[in-house]
Amino acid sequence: MKRSITALVAGLMLAATFTVFAAPGALEGVQKQPINISAIAMFMVFVVATLGITYWASTRTKSTSDFYTAGGGITGFQNGLAIAGDYMSAATLLGLTSLVYAKGFDGFIYTISFFVGWPIILFLMAERLRNLGKFTFADIASYRLDQNRIRTFAAFGSLTVVCFYLIVQMVGAGQLIQLLFGLEYTYAVISVGILMMVYVTFGGMVATTWVQIIKACLLLGGGTALMLLAFAKFDFSFDAMFNQAVAAHKAGIKIMAPGSLMADPVSAVSLSLALLFGTAGLPHIMMRFFTVPNAKEARKSVFYATGFIGFFFLVVIILGISSIVIVGQDPQFFEGGIIGGKLLGGSNMPVMHLAKSVGGDIFLGFLSAVAFATILAVVSGLALAGASAIAHDIYARVIKKNTATSAQEMRVTKIASVGIGIVAILLGLLFRDQNIAFLVALTFGVAASVNFPILILSMYWKGLTTRGALWGGIAGLVSAVGLVILSPAVWVKVLGNAEAVFPYDHPAIVSMTAAFLVTWLGSITDKSVRADAEKDAYEEQYIRAQTGLGAAGAHAH
Amino acid sequence: MSKSSVQAKIRSNPKFAEMVGKRTRFAIILSLVVLVPYYTFMMLTAFNPAFLAQPIGEGSVITIGWPIGVILVVGSWLTTGIYIRRANGEFDSLNEQVLKESHK
Repeated sequence: MKRSITALVAGLMLAATFTVFAAPGALEGVQKQPINISAIAMFMVFVVATLGITYWASTRTKSTSDFYTAGGGITGFQNGLAIAGDYMSAATLLGLTSLVYAKGFDGFIYTISFFVGWPIILFLMAERLRNLGKFTFADIASYRLDQNRIRTFAAFGSLTVVCFYLIVQMVGAGQLIQLLFGLEYTYAVISVGILMMVYVTFGGMVATTWVQIIKACLLLGGGTALMLLAFAKFDFSFDAMFNQAVAAHKAGIKIMAPGSLMADPVSAVSLSLALLFGTAGLPHIMMRFFTVPNAKEARKSVFYATGFIGFFFLVVIILGISSIVIVGQDPQFFEGGIIGGKLLGGSNMPVMHLAKSVGGDIFLGFLSAVAFATILAVVSGLALAGASAIAHDIYARVIKKNTATSAQEMRVTKIASVGIGIVAILLGLLFRDQNIAFLVALTFGVAASVNFPILILSMYWKGLTTRGALWGGIAGLVSAVGLVILSPAVWVKVLGNAEAVFPYDHPAIVSMTAAFLVTWLGSITDKSVRADAEKDAYEEQYIRAQTGLGAAGAHAH
Repeated sequence: MSKSSVQAKIRSNPKFAEMVGKRTRFAIILSLVVLVPYYTFMMLTAFNPAFLAQPIGEGSVITIGWPIGVILVVGSWLTTGIYIRRANGEFDSLNEQVLKESHK
């Protein structure tokens, strides 16, 4: 029982996060498909269009502010689409539909958990992030703390999350493209890496945002069209759809009620903490709050983003349920034509098969192109977040102590973007055929236990000192990484031990507690002169956080 | 005028206290409006799944869990709308007054 829950939760983690491969076993059984011409043609249109945008963006990217935050000139609506784009990945489309297809209501529970963090980000963080931040989240974390130590540590936290996440995305990209386009894994990874480098290096945040917006529209439009085509098969009747799904699914009526997902409340709570606060600690998501001109637009962007994401998730539920009927009973989608056997292409494919069934090869090609575009947009956002941590935090602020000229800093951002692209390609090739499930837990574990505690305490708690933040950050980092190693995903599945030392795949429930506790202890016992000055500086930070007095503004082009 | 005197003016302005107090309370209340139903739902799925498994009507296969889930998603989104309506209107206009008065 425990084993199956763990397997399910591991699968859920993958499905939920922006990864590409979701359901358990998805990493096996990927075979190369024949070359899909219509998919490649449609993807080429996307690439040409986005390269055109990158060229246009490059003419508008002159200062570091343009590069990191598009000059703060993105509107709330545009930014809302871009945030939604960052959050709705190929995994949401493929992973969540396959989860609903396989598990019914449990897939729905998961989808809801993946969603409710957004209102909380709005209520607790959006306006303070905007009022205090400039280019990176380290700007806020080190606002009144030691510039060298805290900024370096926060930049390190960003880069760690970016790297883990890039591996997940690159490996997923290679496998998905191999599957959908019939393109060799190595070429797939290299082409994703190179396109990402071009977007980020030349177009900075302007290009990255527009690539994300276009992709979000394609994904929303494509998903909605597919949902309408599929739902039409049931004459738009929920009764008809659910009745036929219950009749078609091997679990029968059980798909309509909660099943095994929540049988272990501790692991479920740990999972929901990781999703909720890990999301709030992802550097490429936080960075989006600095691209709007003021707190008003920052709030609006979360409103729009939440609306798009919520709508899309509900669409995904209908896609999953209708796949049970349409894909689950069609022998052409199963290996050897045996209904109920292995799905062609692996367990993540229901939505792709659904597209073929209700929309034909052209629609399948379109959806494949959208999935590819999605991966590309997400890795670009990650690369940009990584490049700003290197160039802005480490180079300009820590090494050069604010003396670097804008031109020097720009040069470093470009070198850093190319460097991250090369590293991403190498990691993608290195981790090919590895079981990378643990990397998702690691990404969210580190984001929720290192980045998030430092960020939220620096904004809300006057008593936070450099020593506390550093100790707590290290405690969060060590416990998150350590517990992931001891968890079933690494200890059993990668290292081959029989029993995991730490029974849960997600460390957040322990590592977040450790981070907060140690930060608190380290701060209250800090009686240094520096600590007193840091506490005194809270007043100025507090007034700026609340009113936006002195906040970095938009500048006109 | 120095930075610290502007800040002192903001701090002593009763409108600042009013804005921060109202906005903080509002944000906490709305967070609870989202989190309490969500965790209640999660605890139901863990400890009383039979509750969510009740059909919505005689002879229907649809259980009440589905509409409840949809309400959670749509409701959470509506709370964000409620928040920005008040924050971008009432709170921001108070904020503007505070900033304006601090520069007098």
